[in-house]
Amino acid sequence: MCFSRSPSATSCGFMSAGTEAVSLREVLRASPRLGERRLWGASASVALEDIAAGTALGGALPSLAGRAVLLRVGDPLSAALALIELDGVARRIVLCPPDLAEEALPGVIETAGVDAVVFDQAPPQAAASMLGARIALPVQALAETPPALHDTDWVMFTSGTSGPPKMVAHSLRGLTGAIKPAAATDPAPIWGTFYDIRRYGGLQILLRALVGGGSLVTTSPHEPMADFLGRVATLGVTHLTGTPSHWRRVLMTLETAPIAPRYVRLSGEIADQAVLDALAVRFPNTPIGHAYASTEAGVGFEVTDGLEGFPAAYVGRSGEVELRIVGGSLQIRSGRTSAGYVNPGLADLHDDEGFVDTGDMVELRGARYHFVGRRGGIINVGGLKVHPEEIEAVINSHPAVRMSLVRGRRNPFTGAIAIAEVVLNQPTPAPEATLKAEIMDICRRELAPFKVPASLKFAPALAMTAGGKLERAIV
Amino acid sequence: MTLTAEAPTLLEQESCAGDTAALRSAIEAKFREVAVDQEKALAPLTDNLVLLESGLDSLCFAIIVATLEDDLGYDPFTEAEDVFFPVTFGDFVRFYERGN
Repeated sequence: MCFSRSPSATSCGFMSAGTEAVSLREVLRASPRLGERRLWGASASVALEDIAAGTALGGALPSLAGRAVLLRVGDPLSAALALIELDGVARRIVLCPPDLAEEALPGVIETAGVDAVVFDQAPPQAAASMLGARIALPVQALAETPPALHDTDWVMFTSGTSGPPKMVAHSLRGLTGAIKPAAATDPAPIWGTFYDIRRYGGLQILLRALVGGGSLVTTSPHEPMADFLGRVATLGVTHLTGTPSHWRRVLMTLETAPIAPRYVRLSGEIADQAVLDALAVRFPNTPIGHAYASTEAGVGFEVTDGLEGFPAAYVGRSGEVELRIVGGSLQIRSGRTSAGYVNPGLADLHDDEGFVDTGDMVELRGARYHFVGRRGGIINVGGLKVHPEEIEAVINSHPAVRMSLVRGRRNPFTGAIAIAEVVLNQPTPAPEATLKAEIMDICRRELAPFKVPASLKFAPALAMTAGGKLERAIV
Repeated sequence: MTLTAEAPTLLEQESCAGDTAALRSAIEAKFREVAVDQEKALAPLTDNLVLLESGLDSLCFAIIVATLEDDLGYDPFTEAEDVFFPVTFGDFVRFYERGN
């Protein structure tokens, strides 16, 4: 096999002059105790030693050199293998999350300059005419392992849900910036994650396992929680991670086999005191950490004292990650933030001083900052961001509605849920019950289920700020 | 008289039991309504039914709690001082009974 540097790669200059690209495959090969470690999916597993020196792409890897590859794979285990193979070989990898709609693909392909696709079922329609490679087990030995030719762009989707998907670019160096090298004397951790590995939170855990000398147990989008927890118990997962909403589901699951993690980690949403306390009761004497990380801002910090929020002392201190609060919003500067949006026309993620504004609003109470919600009232429903304005626009499309306000109401199952207050035109053309049913019908027709208001009430008026805007306090 | 002394107690008990039955039936009706709205197949609602095996997902439970708050005027999950996550349908109902 021959891995030659393609002309497109040299002309695009994705490798900065003077820096040696090191691929994920090379990092994996150099990591400790390789022979003992595995990647598990819901129905198969792969020895890391095999993939470090092998391929599941059936001979197609050399043809993907220098390409911008759309990773459109259903099975998370196959996706993980593809990432190990493509880093350093492809110029760019576009990591499609499993829920990315088929109709979004043409726009994604154009925006990210995609010219090849890796798939595990059938090639997507939108990529039918381009170079395609199927990924499938088993892993076969490679005669020659590919050298690192590129500092590959890892393109990830932000979790925002309105408009065309937003993509941000990361480098392997930035993505692994928060990962401490494993001490050779420690037993190899077995990571488990409720996240999909194509989301930032899940990818962090995959990379922790690969780079930090561990194994990983992944779940698939439709695997029941009890089944996954059964595998977590059987395989002896030591480090288990997910969002607070994932963990709330764990707390609601009747244990058929006891899981006994040595480390419990939450990220991706606000971890409130209730979920932290409940986890402390369920997993006594187990360190429980909640991390602040986002697709745009990378890994910020981790809090391990069992309390919600984070110490005020984190703000303003120097180090690898710097935090500041501007107008109530948390801003982060570090080598782990995304390089920027891939979509043309979007403003730079970084300001002149290199800070990324997270839009996560914080409030100082005593010596601690607490997260109070998203700027502009974006509601986080089980990790999915909901823009209240989008729902309001649908409600307001009913002719009897004068105005509406959608807010988040806290709940223990999804963190928050959208609720609506509606002001009707007077006199009302029909009884309120009829109008409510009509408005809810429009919402169910026009909106994804997680955006449909769980509660809709009529109000005589809505509160306004001094600036004449709807007051969007968290309920 | 024995009767007059006992009457209020019996009435109280009946009223209390009636409230509990009404509460349970309101919660059951809400589960069914949300299952229909969200197009989920709902398992028979018994005390031992594990919520995650009921056919409903987290979004359904969030909607149930939010709409029950509208109907009943309280949300025992958010108001609770102690930490509690219901595992079974029986747990769920008892939490509302305690909050009542």
